[in-house]
Amino acid sequence: MAYSDKVVDHYEHPRNVGTLPKDDPNVGTGLVGAPECGDVMRLQMKINPETQVIEEAKFKTFGCGSAIASSSLATEWVKGKTVAEALAISNTDIVRELSLPPVKIHCSVLAEDAIKAAIEDWKKKKEVSEPAANATAGN
Amino acid sequence: MAIKLPIYMDYHATTPVDPRVVDTMLPYFHEKFGNAASRNHSFGWTAEEAVENARAQIASLINASPKEIIFTSGATESNNLAIKGAAEMYREKGNHIITQVIEHKAVLDTCKRLEKYGYEVTYLPVAKDGRIDLDDLRKAITKKTILISIMYANNEIGVIQPVQEIGKIAKEHGILFHSDAVQALGKIPIDVQKDNLDMISLTAHKLYGPKGCGALYVRRRNPRVQLSAQIDGGGHERGMRSGTLNVPGIVGFGKAAELCQQEMAAESARLGGLRDRLKDAIFGKLDEVYINGSMTHRLPHNINISFAFVEGESLLMGINDIAVSSGSACTSATLEPSYVLKALGVGEDLAHTSIRFGLGRFNTQEEVDYVSSRVIEVVERLRELSPLYEMAKEGIDLSKLNWKTAAEH
Repeated sequence: MAYSDKVVDHYEHPRNVGTLPKDDPNVGTGLVGAPECGDVMRLQMKINPETQVIEEAKFKTFGCGSAIASSSLATEWVKGKTVAEALAISNTDIVRELSLPPVKIHCSVLAEDAIKAAIEDWKKKKEVSEPAANATAGN
Repeated sequence: MAIKLPIYMDYHATTPVDPRVVDTMLPYFHEKFGNAASRNHSFGWTAEEAVENARAQIASLINASPKEIIFTSGATESNNLAIKGAAEMYREKGNHIITQVIEHKAVLDTCKRLEKYGYEVTYLPVAKDGRIDLDDLRKAITKKTILISIMYANNEIGVIQPVQEIGKIAKEHGILFHSDAVQALGKIPIDVQKDNLDMISLTAHKLYGPKGCGALYVRRRNPRVQLSAQIDGGGHERGMRSGTLNVPGIVGFGKAAELCQQEMAAESARLGGLRDRLKDAIFGKLDEVYINGSMTHRLPHNINISFAFVEGESLLMGINDIAVSSGSACTSATLEPSYVLKALGVGEDLAHTSIRFGLGRFNTQEEVDYVSSRVIEVVERLRELSPLYEMAKEGIDLSKLNWKTAAEH
């Protein structure tokens, strides 16, 4: 199977590999996929609660080269974006950027899921840590 | 010594034609091009003589008589002819066939087709070591069993089945025993008499001969096996397989068989040593690596290893100057991980991480050392990237995590 140059580049030089402290209230962790399916992505983001800007993003992925490239690209793209902007990233953007073939589209879907799951996790943490603020906002 | 890249270490898939084999074949393309079935001129006689010589060379390698070798286009055709041909011929006697789950698709899909035509097929399971249980076989036999088809050695894990014992059981019950022997031929001794084999499928391209040329050994005595031809035509090959013989291919097959017979003992010892060197280097450097299938009953040139927490296709991508294959779903046409490893009870998570190394005649020790160091380097790099490896190191039991929930987010 031939990989696009961009997939090879991300595979050989993955961006933002690593781990953020998952108990930090400002860090959201998204873990998607399953070992039985041959793909597991973990995407972590450190989000500024005031500005909602994603200040840091890290990933680790178990999966094929396209899965590694999709998640590496996702960390590059979300960095510096606001939560709302990151949620607007769609898997088709990733497919286009990496020229993924049809059999690898699920890798891009997983990367989109990972972004959403990480933000979801961060939002949940915020609810727990700032119940009062939420209550005020609700009034 | 400089190593020439890429390195080929996928000898179960196919082998290069040995230059000595090529030399033997060459005259039969242009100079001695006759049809072996032409009975009334020297061109035909020359071709026929060459074919009969090859038949004897192949027969000698398996301790058969030359007349028991039926040439085909390859092992897929041989498996089809053996199974369908016997099923049709012995339909009056019964309609039950016994095979096993880790056969090659050429056997499994042939059996599946027969099921559509009213035959019953038992697919024996295999143990963790990849071998069938002889008691399972005995229990599966019924009055209607006409054929047992169990491969000699598996193409993915190299595990050798208890062929001699299976043959004995088949003989006791008056059932025909067929074995797909393509991976074993020329690599380990095969003796159709000692092994009680009635039919075996063979192919040239797995033993340094050309592609597109195979054979089926069909026993003529004790019992005399009869088959319904699957291809109709001029009645070549004792009426079992019509079609003009592929003379250059057959000549090459014969020469390849002769070379294997002469060199098998030394070659197996050398390849077994290299295989162990590869295994020891990998196991010496990496944790969480697992061998798939029995190490005792195994072809000397095969090793199949799961590198936990590293997906097979990504590993292949990292070692792209080395030709090996993976049981990962991502590398298969069906997007399913290896059914062979699944049958062994290897979890799908580990099946995705498996790599098959098939060593062969032209591999050197330098190549083996290069391969082991590259594999170790890439596995270590990919584990740094693997969330699963990190979690396992933290002591998290990955099998207990609710992955479905994670995926549904």
